Amino acid sequence: MRDQYKHNIDTDISITYIVTSKRLTLIASLGVTIGIAIFIFMNCMTAGFTQKSNAMIFNNTPHIRVYEEDQISKPLFKNNDTNMLNLISNPKIVPRSNRIIDPERIVALLKSQPEVTIVTPQIAVNIFYNSGMSLITGNASGVGIMEADQMFAIRSTMVEGKMEDLEVFPNGILLGVGVASKMNVKTGDNISITSSRNITKVMKVAGLFKTKNSLTDKTKSYISIHSAQQLMREGASYVTDINVDVVDFNKAADYSTRFSALTGYKAEDWKAANETLVSAANMRSVLVSAISLSILLVAGFGIYNILNMTISQKINDIAILKAMGFQSSDVIRIFVLQGALIGLMGILAGLLLAILLVFLTSRIYLGGDIGYFPIVFDTYIFIKGSLFGLFITLLAGYLPARKAANVDPVSIFRK
Amino acid sequence: MQTEIILKADQIGKFFYSPEKFKVLDNISFTVNKGEFVSLVGKSGSGKSTLLYILSTMDTEYQGGLTIDGDLVTGKKQNALAALRNEKIGFVFQFHYLLNEFSCLKNVMIPALRLGRYSRKEIEYRAYEKLRMLGMHNQALKPSAKLSGGQQQRVAIARALINDPLIIMGDEPTGNLDSRNTDIVFEAFQKLAQEFGQTIIAVTHDNDFADKSDRIIEMMDGQIVSPHFNP
Ligand SMILES: Nc1ncnc2c1ncn2[C@@H]1O[C@H](COP(=O)(O)OP(=O)(O)OP(=O)(O)O)[C@@H](O)[C@H]1O
Ligand SMILES: [Mg+2]
Repeated sequence: MRDQYKHNIDTDISITYIVTSKRLTLIASLGVTIGIAIFIFMNCMTAGFTQKSNAMIFNNTPHIRVYEEDQISKPLFKNNDTNMLNLISNPKIVPRSNRIIDPERIVALLKSQPEVTIVTPQIAVNIFYNSGMSLITGNASGVGIMEADQMFAIRSTMVEGKMEDLEVFPNGILLGVGVASKMNVKTGDNISITSSRNITKVMKVAGLFKTKNSLTDKTKSYISIHSAQQLMREGASYVTDINVDVVDFNKAADYSTRFSALTGYKAEDWKAANETLVSAANMRSVLVSAISLSILLVAGFGIYNILNMTISQKINDIAILKAMGFQSSDVIRIFVLQGALIGLMGILAGLLLAILLVFLTSRIYLGGDIGYFPIVFDTYIFIKGSLFGLFITLLAGYLPARKAANVDPVSIFRK
Repeated sequence: MQTEIILKADQIGKFFYSPEKFKVLDNISFTVNKGEFVSLVGKSGSGKSTLLYILSTMDTEYQGGLTIDGDLVTGKKQNALAALRNEKIGFVFQFHYLLNEFSCLKNVMIPALRLGRYSRKEIEYRAYEKLRMLGMHNQALKPSAKLSGGQQQRVAIARALINDPLIIMGDEPTGNLDSRNTDIVFEAFQKLAQEFGQTIIAVTHDNDFADKSDRIIEMMDGQIVSPHFNP
């Protein structure tokens, strides 16, 4: 008949302490609120930057690019035969074409990989856009426009003309708006271009595109693979690159080593191709993580301080409770719960504040290549922020609570 | 009337080490029977409070043995002692010591809620009964901080009674009370001992109070001087 009811008196006491010290509770909660909100906000901003920068990269970089790497001649040929001389030469690029041999076989091979979504051959051609006496340097990508569109979302960048006309016109070209304005041409006009192999062709402008990167718009154009082969003075099987997109671009580096072994050609993932941008992004995320975690930690100190204060105010209560038969674990529960409830209120308010901040920031128009402020509403970051916050509040509650649990009631009553 | 020993102190001794080593309790041995009302008297500094803290199981640093309700409690773990205090010992402090944030009723209920022997409703009912016994039932819902010292002391006594403890210990429970309140408390104690067989051990400086109790244990310099029974 003994001890048959569980009355949760510890919870009762915690809640009473919270309700009767509203001001302190509010201050501690507010600390957590601000800490959580800033943590989430800053991390959403980093995620937004990374997403934006990736989007810019994927505008003209495939997840993986397969190509024939330049071979450098070996500087030293050592003869094992002592009677013969060793041969020393200056290292230089072995004069060989960068073409991929039997591209159809390689394309088919890559397409058969389960993680691959798009495979499209491409020919990169360095060209001059001829404008009267002046030449504008640039580059043309010889592509199958439909597949290239899947990869680089070209259609969404079109501002004039029709993307499909590239395949319809015999010598169609899609120009970046920057090139077009320098050349003073519009859709339907003819322009002449000259390749690095000194072939000049007259092309008909099928449309203009405008990407988020103005440098690209000032140099780039799309032409058909056939035109590119003509500009390179090559036959119908000539291909320099095979572009590959995969399901998860974060794993591109792993796949690229495999594809390299599979095809016998160099497979370069987008991170390797954009090292500077990627390392800048890494630096940014380390910085933001450090700053936002410190802010959260400061919020934790707020709870720690306020609980310490409560405990020294309530030291008589603790002594009485222990005298009446409350165990150390009860005392810990009372104060950890108090810390956790303060933290929970702070976290909830922090989540709301973060949603508001992210929403308002996403409405800021920056213009230029960026457009709206790059910030993403990432639930994963919200969850991570809440968990970090909860962990820190529990810790900040536990440390003072443990001290309270060790209070010796006799020493308090003697005073 | 059968005499059942409820508490036995066996050669209890204690030292304080700061500021210097000094023997505060010396070879204290006595027994208390069930239903006895014992007063503990002696000059200031004679060691009454120190002894009471040991008897209440809150202080565990002593030599000798302490037996409560037939169980040797000396050497038990803190959690076991806390459970024992919760169930079997009610303690009344000189300076009333209520939890200020709670109502009188809640203060009285807390030890019972911790024990969990009765439902919340039953506990509330019993708490009212204890408050009524001390004439405090009309103030039950007042915040405890809004009461006078004497009223707070009576609430604290009701709290000590809530789990129907075997032993009620008080360190000068009437020390701050006027004669009217002292009489109320004394009568309550006497009733508990005589009608419910609960044992009372109270430290007091009040000679009238001590004389009216069943037995006086007098202390001097850490020793028991004269265990004598009142007629
Ligand atoms: N924590 C301590 N450290 C050292 N000495 C102490 C400590 N607590 C009490 N004493 C000493 O022990 C002796 C007994 O103290 P105790 O409080 O038991 O006396 P008391 O009989 O209750 O006195 P009073 O009637 O004034 O309450 C006193 O001399 C006191 O100074
Ligand atoms: Mg004393």
